[in-house]
Amino acid sequence: MPAPLGEDDSEMDRHIHAPLDAEEVRGLHAGDYVYVTGTIYTARDAAHKRMQEALDRGEALPIAVKNNVIYYMGPSPAREGRPIGSAGPTTASRMDKYTPALLDLGLLGMIGKGKRSAAVKDAIVRNGAVYFAAVGGAGALLSKAVKASEVVAYDDLGTEAIRRLEVENFPAIVVIDAAGNDLYETAIEEYRM
Amino acid sequence: MGEQIRTVDVAEVTRHIREMCIEANHFLSPDMESAMRRAAETERAPLGRQILAQLQDNLKIAGEDRIPICQDTGMAVIFLEVGQDVHLTGGVLEDAVNEGVRQGYTEGYLRKSVVGDPLLRENTKDNTPAVIHYEIVPGDRIMITVAPKGFGSENMSRIFMLKPADGIEGVKNAILTAVQDAGPNACPPMVVGVGIGGTFEKCALLAKKALVRPADSHSPIPYVRELEEEMLAKINGTGIGPGGLGGTTTALAVNINTYPTHIAGLPVAVNICCHVNRHIVRTI
Repeated sequence: MPAPLGEDDSEMDRHIHAPLDAEEVRGLHAGDYVYVTGTIYTARDAAHKRMQEALDRGEALPIAVKNNVIYYMGPSPAREGRPIGSAGPTTASRMDKYTPALLDLGLLGMIGKGKRSAAVKDAIVRNGAVYFAAVGGAGALLSKAVKASEVVAYDDLGTEAIRRLEVENFPAIVVIDAAGNDLYETAIEEYRM
Repeated sequence: MGEQIRTVDVAEVTRHIREMCIEANHFLSPDMESAMRRAAETERAPLGRQILAQLQDNLKIAGEDRIPICQDTGMAVIFLEVGQDVHLTGGVLEDAVNEGVRQGYTEGYLRKSVVGDPLLRENTKDNTPAVIHYEIVPGDRIMITVAPKGFGSENMSRIFMLKPADGIEGVKNAILTAVQDAGPNACPPMVVGVGIGGTFEKCALLAKKALVRPADSHSPIPYVRELEEEMLAKINGTGIGPGGLGGTTTALAVNINTYPTHIAGLPVAVNICCHVNRHIVRTI
């Protein structure tokens, strides 16, 4: 069981920079509360399907995935003068089918919500990667950590386009670490009656 | 019989639905707001408390800065209870409803999450069409319920065609199975809408309607009310907790609606909604 997090968790908070450092990722543990600062990319269902199709045709991906973080997120439209609209995580398992291939290409981190498949967990361990959860349904709050947003591929997909985000202290929780620990499996045991 | 026919211009319906789509996506209804506040006070897990506190902040930011509570601003589910003494003029009602959704989602900076065909999957770019449920009721009013439904939780919903011999234990197992399978994917704390009885489609609709019931309401049928309370306690005993990361608050409410059914059947539908259980009502 990870050390409890709460009002008094300042010593547990970790600040990490994206793109990620492979050594640092190996030092993350399921249950760590982290703040991500740097550059990350958004992609969800339709973008993953297109990336897979590109790989199948032997083409290059529109973004370099190595050491990068993909955030499973499709924002609501930004109001004038703001970088983005509501920006919370979507369910990660819908991307499971496409994820091992991206991890094997060097993707080091994913931010989403919900369980991952055994194949994804294996690929996380095999590649020393990490899966973070952001709080689902906190899109307004999370949007405040996004300082800039730019569509970099698949513009025609609208909210599902690939965006490059500049984030500052984006709050996330390590759910599956590079050793294969899964917080979704361990954390609920303590409160099961 | 002497009843007066009341004329309503469908443009009035469009205007209300436009406003309601925007309002529902920025402000929780009072029943949901107080359920969330209570959860933040009673959750026992430290991380769970932290998540629920974040969700309180999220609601505040959403209202103050006009940012949708969740980026999944949903597929617009709309219930129209139309009084049989209403005469609608000025256009086609269905078109008027969809026009309200179109205006609300485009002018309100809401996400366009609808594809025009389930397999061809091209986004309609204005969040239409809505899913509209009509009912003809007594009177000369129109009651409009707007309930934008997110799909993280919709995807975790289930229907079970149980046998009569499965009885109430079978129903309890079905509800618990759906909730446990949903786990973190459905953005707990969730609201669980359950339909029992009817036919296949009626049962699903009962469950959907249970979600738009106030979160603090109970079934008027004593044994159903007891079942609601028992299942809420059982679900909160699963340990799933806020965000699925462990805790004592997995569901905020279990609402169960029942209907007569066939001698051979016991349909149970479990429609799960996340904590952003949006539902607002206006009567015109």
